[in-house]
Amino acid sequence: MTQKSSGFFNWINARLPIVNTYERHLSKHPVPKKVNFWYMFGALASVVLIIQIVSGIWLMFGYENTEEGAFASIEYIMRDIEYGWIIRYMHTTGASMFFAVVYLHMFRGLLYGSYHKPRELVWVFGMTIYLVMMAEGFLGYVLPYGQMSYWGAQVIISLFGAIPYIGESLEIWVRGDYYISGATISRFFALHVVALPLILIALVFMHLVALHEVGAGNPEGVDIEKHIDENGVPLDSVPFFPYKVLNALVAIGIFGIVFSIIMFFFPEGGGYMLELANFEEANPLSTPEHIAPVWYYSPYYAMLRAVPDKLGGLVVMGAAIAILFVVPWLDRSKAASIRYKGILSKIAMTIFIISWLMLAWLGTVPVTALRTTLSIIGTVIYFAFFLLMPIYTSIEKTKPVPERL
Amino acid sequence: MEEKITTRRKVLIGMTSAVGAVGASFAVVPFIASWNPSAKAKAVGGPVKVDVSKMQIGQKIQVAWRKQPVFVIRHSKEALESLSKVESKLDDPSSLKIDEPYRDINPTRSTSQEYTVIAGVCTHLGCAPKYYPEIESQPWDESWVGGFFCPCHGSMFDIVGRVFKGVPAPTNLKVPPHYFDGNILTIGEERGTA
Repeated sequence: MTQKSSGFFNWINARLPIVNTYERHLSKHPVPKKVNFWYMFGALASVVLIIQIVSGIWLMFGYENTEEGAFASIEYIMRDIEYGWIIRYMHTTGASMFFAVVYLHMFRGLLYGSYHKPRELVWVFGMTIYLVMMAEGFLGYVLPYGQMSYWGAQVIISLFGAIPYIGESLEIWVRGDYYISGATISRFFALHVVALPLILIALVFMHLVALHEVGAGNPEGVDIEKHIDENGVPLDSVPFFPYKVLNALVAIGIFGIVFSIIMFFFPEGGGYMLELANFEEANPLSTPEHIAPVWYYSPYYAMLRAVPDKLGGLVVMGAAIAILFVVPWLDRSKAASIRYKGILSKIAMTIFIISWLMLAWLGTVPVTALRTTLSIIGTVIYFAFFLLMPIYTSIEKTKPVPERL
Repeated sequence: MEEKITTRRKVLIGMTSAVGAVGASFAVVPFIASWNPSAKAKAVGGPVKVDVSKMQIGQKIQVAWRKQPVFVIRHSKEALESLSKVESKLDDPSSLKIDEPYRDINPTRSTSQEYTVIAGVCTHLGCAPKYYPEIESQPWDESWVGGFFCPCHGSMFDIVGRVFKGVPAPTNLKVPPHYFDGNILTIGEERGTA
């Protein structure tokens, strides 16, 4: 250990390794010297996590987790609490932005093969974070107890009913009542503000520890660990501070501008981030004309609707998420990055992006015969992209990956 | 000697783990059970009464039982006579797939010869289906014969809540326990059980 800091820090560090940890994971942590903007979304995701935790705590000051009080307490936050509206819009915008940056972060992973050996576990932890986030987002959306909270939850909880034999009792058990009532809201509240955030933070910690163990990837897919200096530091790396910190600060600045524009001017996101039906209190006796999920669930909702069978729909939707976990073992390519992969991977990736975006749109619009057909096509493409990956990544000719970055 | 100690240690660890696992599974019970509907929730879900004498022929009313919609429909004779005609379109015309409480008593599926009493909860994902009694072309079905259409995922049911073929809903709409006492319909319990 280098003895350069003052006596105070040495005293602390001998008892609690803060200086060591700071140097190992932050200041001196080696990162690839050449990366592009795609590598900023991880940092942005942690910024949004902090925004969500802080704004969430502040929302709890005004929120009431009862059937009678939930909807009114949201109005109370919006109208009566000073700057309550900004706290709430920060949280709702934060939810959408969380998914936006995480989707871009995941797409970066697919594009540059960030899950390739030895980063499989980094990917698996990341996917688990995504899964918990989806649950967290759903639970949070139910809390205002508006029409879309109620009927969205009705649809999602009814999915449990598709499980053979135990389905129906499981539905009642999850709700704690015969309908989505105060009992449901209070348990969803506890899960949303305590249980899942704890799990989320623990997973983020593991994601980062695993990442720092194997080191960050780069858009070239070059293994920088192959060429190291006498101290074991990769030659093609730079220390995290100041090089990456300053990069990240620029990214965070731009992100802050985008975030603020949405929060101040388009907090409802045209009905895709906060659905208009949710400005009406939950009515268990009347389903809104059109039930659609918020945008970040819509591709999977489109898949659910594409299958004309209750259990089948649930299985397809679950499999669509589950298959993402095993991507590290589906990609057999010698090259990690799309830059050095063959033509088949590039075509597959392009079709996949188009079909994913199409599914995202289809999940938000009402059903027609044509749209159902498109949803089926999109679902087939989605699964084909992953299931055929072992084939097209192993038969195609890859370009040689350079030695150095 | 060394090997004997190792074996002994393994046995002890195994036994301790087994006892611990049994204890842990008992300890889980209260945590799981506390999520069941509370005594209060069960009490609120009691039966409701409604006077159906004012209903028009062909009319549908909605009653809340356990805060869930229950549809009561008063059918005309012609409508009940035409029920057998749609059977070719239905997935389960005799409700064999579900636990039908009043099977083979009346074509209405209820205990009445005139009224149908069905849970207004789509058996797919729980939305409330909408009632379109007219026999006319609809956006979701050109040869619509009247019945219920679920706006969420497009499931279709006939006027007594029997599911069509080829829709996401797996079974017919449920018939809740009920009885008629003259014009008073009680939903939520069988006659004489209260």
